[in-house]
Amino acid sequence: MMYIIRRFILLITTILLVSIITFGVFQILPGDPVRTMLGTEADPTQIENLRSELGLDRPLYEQYADWMKGLLTGELGNSIRFSMPVKDLLFDRLPVTMSLALLTLTIVLLVSLPLGMFAARRQNKLSDVSLSTLTQIGMAVPSFWLGMMLILYVGMKFSFFKISGYIPWTQSVSGALSTLVLPALTIAIPQIAVNFRYVRTAILEQMQLDYVRTIRSKGMSEQNVMYKHVLKNAMIPILTVFGLIMAEVVAGTIIVEQVFSLPGVGQLLITAISNRDFPLVQGIVMYITVAVVVINFIVDILYSVLDPRIRLR
Amino acid sequence: MLLLLVGLIISACSNDEDKKNTNQVSTNAPVTTETPQEIVVRINDDPDFLDPHKATASISYQMILNIFEGLMAPETDGSLKQGLAESYDISEDGLTYTFKIRSGVKFHNGEDLTIEDIQYSFDRLMGKNGGEKMSNNFDNVASTEAPDATTFVIKLKEPNSNFLYSLTARQSAIIPKNNDGKHNENPIGTGPFSYVKYAPGSNLVLKKNDSYWKEGLPYLDKVTFTFQSDDQAAIMSLMANEVDLTSVPWQRVNEVESSHHLSHQNNNSSLIVTFNETKAPFDNVKVRQAMNYAISKSDIIDSVFAGYAVPLGSNMSPAMGDYQKKGLENIYKLDVDKAKALLAEAGYPDGFKTKITVSSHNDIYSNIAQIVAANLKEIGVDVEIEVVEWGIWLDRVYFGRDYNMTTIDLTGRASAYEILNDYISTNDSENFFLFKNDEYDKIMADVLKETDTAKQIDYYQRAQEILAEQAVSVYVADYQIVWGSDKQVTGLKSYPFWFHDMSEVKFSN
Repeated sequence: MMYIIRRFILLITTILLVSIITFGVFQILPGDPVRTMLGTEADPTQIENLRSELGLDRPLYEQYADWMKGLLTGELGNSIRFSMPVKDLLFDRLPVTMSLALLTLTIVLLVSLPLGMFAARRQNKLSDVSLSTLTQIGMAVPSFWLGMMLILYVGMKFSFFKISGYIPWTQSVSGALSTLVLPALTIAIPQIAVNFRYVRTAILEQMQLDYVRTIRSKGMSEQNVMYKHVLKNAMIPILTVFGLIMAEVVAGTIIVEQVFSLPGVGQLLITAISNRDFPLVQGIVMYITVAVVVINFIVDILYSVLDPRIRLR
Repeated sequence: MLLLLVGLIISACSNDEDKKNTNQVSTNAPVTTETPQEIVVRINDDPDFLDPHKATASISYQMILNIFEGLMAPETDGSLKQGLAESYDISEDGLTYTFKIRSGVKFHNGEDLTIEDIQYSFDRLMGKNGGEKMSNNFDNVASTEAPDATTFVIKLKEPNSNFLYSLTARQSAIIPKNNDGKHNENPIGTGPFSYVKYAPGSNLVLKKNDSYWKEGLPYLDKVTFTFQSDDQAAIMSLMANEVDLTSVPWQRVNEVESSHHLSHQNNNSSLIVTFNETKAPFDNVKVRQAMNYAISKSDIIDSVFAGYAVPLGSNMSPAMGDYQKKGLENIYKLDVDKAKALLAEAGYPDGFKTKITVSSHNDIYSNIAQIVAANLKEIGVDVEIEVVEWGIWLDRVYFGRDYNMTTIDLTGRASAYEILNDYISTNDSENFFLFKNDEYDKIMADVLKETDTAKQIDYYQRAQEILAEQAVSVYVADYQIVWGSDKQVTGLKSYPFWFHDMSEVKFSN
C-alpha cells in the first residue's frame, strides 16, 4: 500500500511541476497570440479589442491564478485562436487520438509479441537473423517519411484507405478504419521493431536461467515451458518497455496526425503552438502529461503485482 | 483480435465494392443521374473568425465571402459593382453617398433584409451600438441615416475617392440585427451559401441558400472547406479525389497537368525584399539602389516559383490593370558593377555585414533569403540568414521594426489606395519599412480628394515611381497561384484578392 501511495504522490508532483513549467514557458516565449492570429492586416483597434476580450491585458499573476483555479475544476479557459472553450476542443479531438493510439497499440502487440517469441525460439537461425535485420531498419525509419511512403504506395493505390481526414466510428466502422489504418501503421512499425527486440531478448534471458533447465528436465512440454513460465517472467522487462512505447505512441500521434491531416489532439497542439494559443497549448500539454503519467503509474502498479519484490525496494 | 481486424477491413472493402457496383448500375439505368453538386476545397488554415466584422485574416475571407454581402460587391477585374445596393449616387462635393437597397433579399434565417439591419451593421462597425469600434475604415463618416425603408445615406467628413471600397462584404458585411451576439457562433448573411457547421482544424461546411436573390444561383448544394496545412499532402489528396480544388505547389504542376484542370491566378501580392529605412546603411538611397541592381529577380522567379511569377517594379501587380505603372520593373536591371559603384559612392567600397530575418511559416522566404545572400555576396555584402517563427517575425520585424532586411509578400487588396497606403509616413500600423517621403505623403492625401478616375490613376502611378526611384524595397515579383481542380469543376472565378467565389461553380459532365 505504501508503495502505491508513494507512486501516487510522485504522480501529483509531476503533474504540478509540469503545470508550472507549461504556464511559465509560454509567458517567456516571444510572439503575441493576438498579432499572430490577426496577421499583418490587423487594424490596431481590432488588436486592442481582442486583447482585452481575451483578458490578455491583465497582470500575469491574475491570469495564472485563474488558470490554476480552472485547472482544478476542469475548466481550461478559452482558446485564443478558435474562440471556443479548450475543453470542447479537446473533447472533440480526443476520440480521434485515442482511437489512433489504441489501434496502434493493438497492432504493435499483435505483431511484436508472437514475432519476438518466434525469433527467440529460433535463435541465430536464418529466420531470426533476417527478422533482427528487418527490425533494425524499422527502428531507423523516420515516421513522417514512412507516412508519406504509405500514402504514396498504399493509400493512393487502394481506394479503401483514406489519406486525409477522419470519419467517426459512430458514422461508419469501416470508414473510421479507412482513415486510421495507415496512420496507425506509421506509428506502429518503428514500435513493433523496438518491442520485438525487447521481447526476443527478455525471452532468451529467461530461457537460459536454471529454473527453465530444471522444469525442462522434468519433462514438461516446450509449449508449457514457454507460456506458463518463460513468458510470465519475461513480462516484467517487457512491461517496462511497453510503458515507454505507450508514451511514444501518444507522442507519435503528433507528427502522424499532421501528415494524415487527422483532426486529433496532436494536430491541435501544432496549430496551438504556431498560433501562440497559450490556453490551448497549456490544456493539451496537461492532457498529454496526465495521460503519460497515469500510464506509467498503472505500469508501476502492474509490476508490483507481477513481482512482489519491487514493492519492497 | 487480428482476425477481427482483418475481417473488418475485408468487410469494409467489400462494402466499398458494393457501392461501386450500385453506382455502375445506376449509370447504366435509363434514368440519368446527375453529378452530385458538392465540392471540397482545401484551405491552408482555419478562419480567424466567422464574424465578418471581427475577421481580419485574408484566409477567412476566402471562405466567408460566400456567406456575406455588402452594399457593394467586387468584380474580378478589381472594380466594383452593386451588391445589396441596387443603385447609388454620390453628391458632387463627394460627401454624400445615397444607396437604394435591393428589395426581396432574405437572410439565411428566412427573414427579410431591412434598413435596420444595414443601420445596425454600420453602427456595430463604428462602435455606436454600445460596443467597441470594430474598424477604422469609418472614422471619416459624419453620419448615417435611413430617410425611408429602402434608402440609406452615408455622409462623410471629407471626400474620399476610396470610400466605396469600404462598402464591400470584406469591410462592411451586412448582418442581421436579431443575430446580435451570435455572429461568430452562428454566422448569418445574405450570400449564396449559408453556414452549416465549423469543426476547428477540420472543416467549415456551407450549404446552398435556396432563396438567394440572384436568380438561378448558386449551383452547388454543399461546399466543404477542408483545412490542410501541408502542401504536399494536399496535392496527394487532390490526386486521390478527396479534394476537388487546391493550390498546387509550383514544382509539382507537371504531376497533375494531365489529370486535372489548372488555372493560373495573378496573386496581386508583392513579394519584396525590404529594409529598415532608418537603420544604416539602408537609410542611404544609394545602398538601397545597389541592392536593387545586385539582386536577381529572375533567379528568384525561376528557382523559388518555378517561373510562375511576374517581375515587379513597384508595390503593385499587373493584376491591378491601369492602376499599375508599367515599365518600372526594368529600372534596375541586374548590374553588379553599377551596384558596386553605388556602394562605393555611399561609402561602403568593401561592402558590409548585415542580417536578413525571415519567417519560417512558408519555405519561400528562406529560399529567397539564400538567393539574396548569394547575389549580395558578389558585391561584397555579407548576409547572415536568420529564420524565425511567424509569431516572432510579426512581433520583432513587422510590429517591432527591429530588423535590417527581410522578405515577405504583401497581400493584394482590391483598392489601389489600400495597396499603396502602407508607405505613408504616418501609417504607423503598416509602414514597417519606416519610409518617409513628403511628396509621397502629399500624393496619397491628394488622391483621396480627387473624384476623376483618370487623375487618380496619375497620382497612383506617380506614387509608384517614387517607390521605385527611392528603391524602398526590391520589388521582386507577383507570384501566381496555380489552382488544380477536378476536370468537372467549372465556373471558378479569380479576383485580385483571395476569395473562392463558389456562387457560379458547378460540376458538369
